[in-house]
Amino acid sequence: MSEQIYSQEQASGAQAAHHTEGGHAHITGYGTYILVWLGLVALTAVTVTVAGIHLGSLTLITALVIAAVKTSLVGYHFMHIKYDNAITKIFILVCIVIFLTFWILTFSDLSFR
Amino acid sequence: MANEILAREPNYLEYQGKHKGIAGWLLTLDHKRIGLMYLMAIMVFFFVAMTLGVLMRLEMLTPGETIMKPQTYNSVFTLHGVIMVFLFIIPAIPAVFGNFFLPIQLGAKDVAFPRLNLFSWYLYILGAILAVASLFSGSGAADTGWTFYVPYSIRSAQNVTMTTMAAFVLGFSSIVTGLNFVVTIHRLRAPGMTWFRMPLFAWGLYATSWIQVLATPVIGITLALIMLERFLGIGVFDPALGGDPILYQHLFWIYSHPAVYIMILPAMGVVSEILPTFARKDIFGYKQIAISSLGIAFIGYLVWGHHMFVSGMSDASRIVFSLLTFLVAIPTGVKIFNWVATLYKASIKFSAPFYYVLAFIFIFSIGGLTGLVLGALATDIHVTDTYFVVAHFHYVMFGGMGIMFFATMHYWFPKMFGKMYSEKIAIIACTQIIIGFNMLYFPMFIMGYMGMPRRYYDYLPQFQGWHILSTVGSWILVTGIVFMFGNLLYALLKGPKAPDNPWGGTTLEWRIKGLPTLENFEEIPVVTGGPYVHDRPTYIMHPSKEIQHTNGDAKKAEKEGVSH
Repeated sequence: MSEQIYSQEQASGAQAAHHTEGGHAHITGYGTYILVWLGLVALTAVTVTVAGIHLGSLTLITALVIAAVKTSLVGYHFMHIKYDNAITKIFILVCIVIFLTFWILTFSDLSFR
Repeated sequence: MANEILAREPNYLEYQGKHKGIAGWLLTLDHKRIGLMYLMAIMVFFFVAMTLGVLMRLEMLTPGETIMKPQTYNSVFTLHGVIMVFLFIIPAIPAVFGNFFLPIQLGAKDVAFPRLNLFSWYLYILGAILAVASLFSGSGAADTGWTFYVPYSIRSAQNVTMTTMAAFVLGFSSIVTGLNFVVTIHRLRAPGMTWFRMPLFAWGLYATSWIQVLATPVIGITLALIMLERFLGIGVFDPALGGDPILYQHLFWIYSHPAVYIMILPAMGVVSEILPTFARKDIFGYKQIAISSLGIAFIGYLVWGHHMFVSGMSDASRIVFSLLTFLVAIPTGVKIFNWVATLYKASIKFSAPFYYVLAFIFIFSIGGLTGLVLGALATDIHVTDTYFVVAHFHYVMFGGMGIMFFATMHYWFPKMFGKMYSEKIAIIACTQIIIGFNMLYFPMFIMGYMGMPRRYYDYLPQFQGWHILSTVGSWILVTGIVFMFGNLLYALLKGPKAPDNPWGGTTLEWRIKGLPTLENFEEIPVVTGGPYVHDRPTYIMHPSKEIQHTNGDAKKAEKEGVSH
């Protein structure tokens, strides 16, 4: 009896997987990719330019913010997180929150030393 | 009829699969056999590290050189720490008893990924071999302490790389086990076993496994950076190259503080198993205990900075971390009070495992409260890097996890091996362990308060009386431990057959007749109530025979089970 339940679960799991695979079949136009790429190049240019300006303690933050934006662009468009199902997005979000927590607490030291 | 089938089906020790003899163990995918393989390996390393500990205490018997040179002493305390932490304390309860009992308690046939489970055992062995090999290869074992602090770990001429590599591989093994347990708990619970019907041991393992999965990669990367620093001089940590040595301490403790909860949460889970069994009543505050495990795991992530109060960290940071540290006392207090409340007006059965749990509550409370002394900024500065820290650490880790490891062995021994040990000897050994333990470690609180620094091979004559007391305590403790294991070993070889449920336990493992078989259950049971209900059955062990007309529907079966 319980095996029946398992097989039902497995079946629904398989369906979910199939659905996700279907999700990956989205076709993104070259236009979007080129725009994202241009965005990344522009942000790189901003990083290099900003590095030349004396922003004091903001230098590091600025560089990291730009890098974070670039990472999200790559993840969202090139790595297809945009088309992933909700659970994957939640897990990515959880990891980001944990990482940010580590980061903020570490910087509570570095910024006030 | 069920008994006849059981009588024919061989138990997990007798089962002959594709491979026989030693290969039947080394290539097994059975979670119970893998658990026992972990047990054997872990016991070997526990005795190695214990011997190193005894030798250290012997060295401290008199000021100056007693039995070893200072350099040897540095290597001995490093290896004692590395082996105890990475090879015993972290894996002992999850890898041995978690592997053995988690699937059974959930009503599953095995863990979610049996091959991955075996793989994690091999990773453990590989890590262990590297740790032990570092003793005999290169220029001798690492002398940095188990914390591998930079810049010394970058410059030490000793074999630091191999020891860090060992910890790296062991971390990998830990991640794999954690991942396996998370998936097992999510996917393989028996029909009717809702989250709040899970035994609290499973809750403890669940919280632990998330820490293993999320925090261990940080130590992996950090130790890899140490190796890169040593070989390539990349300058992340080395101040001479513009690196930040305090960053190392941050990264190390981002893992290693949550790791102390990896060590203690499974032990707390077992406390919550043993107490209701011997109190012969339902546990008090089931949900609070379950949630507090997650609470400890969560807050445990945010408090690592309390290891670094004197490192040169900013004042703002020290205040934040000190405040957060005090929050851990809340979920821990929730657990302790609920355990004590479980005992209130209970008809307690005083058996060996129960004695060990009482020892745990007493010793762990001392360890926990002295932790607050260390968590408070002002007092911490006075006792940092003294024997006070060593005493606190041993009270929570050895007194917490170690004593509970002994309790767990005594609790589940009859179900693992089908033999019964002498309870009288077990209780005598327990008493001896409590006396030896307190005699060994309590003087360290006093010495630490008086200013005796940790990790020194020599000391001023004024400390000698305390050191002698402590060393004599180590002899009492070790003979108690040997006595205890001797009792279990004798039971294993010549002990009488254990009854199916010697303690009157209510969780699923105690519903199995005799030793578990390869797939644990003839049929996946249906769960109809909480795990610690004593007055009525909450599991239907043979749903197809006991409940008719349900057509495999768990909800219907459950309804029938309640009226059953």
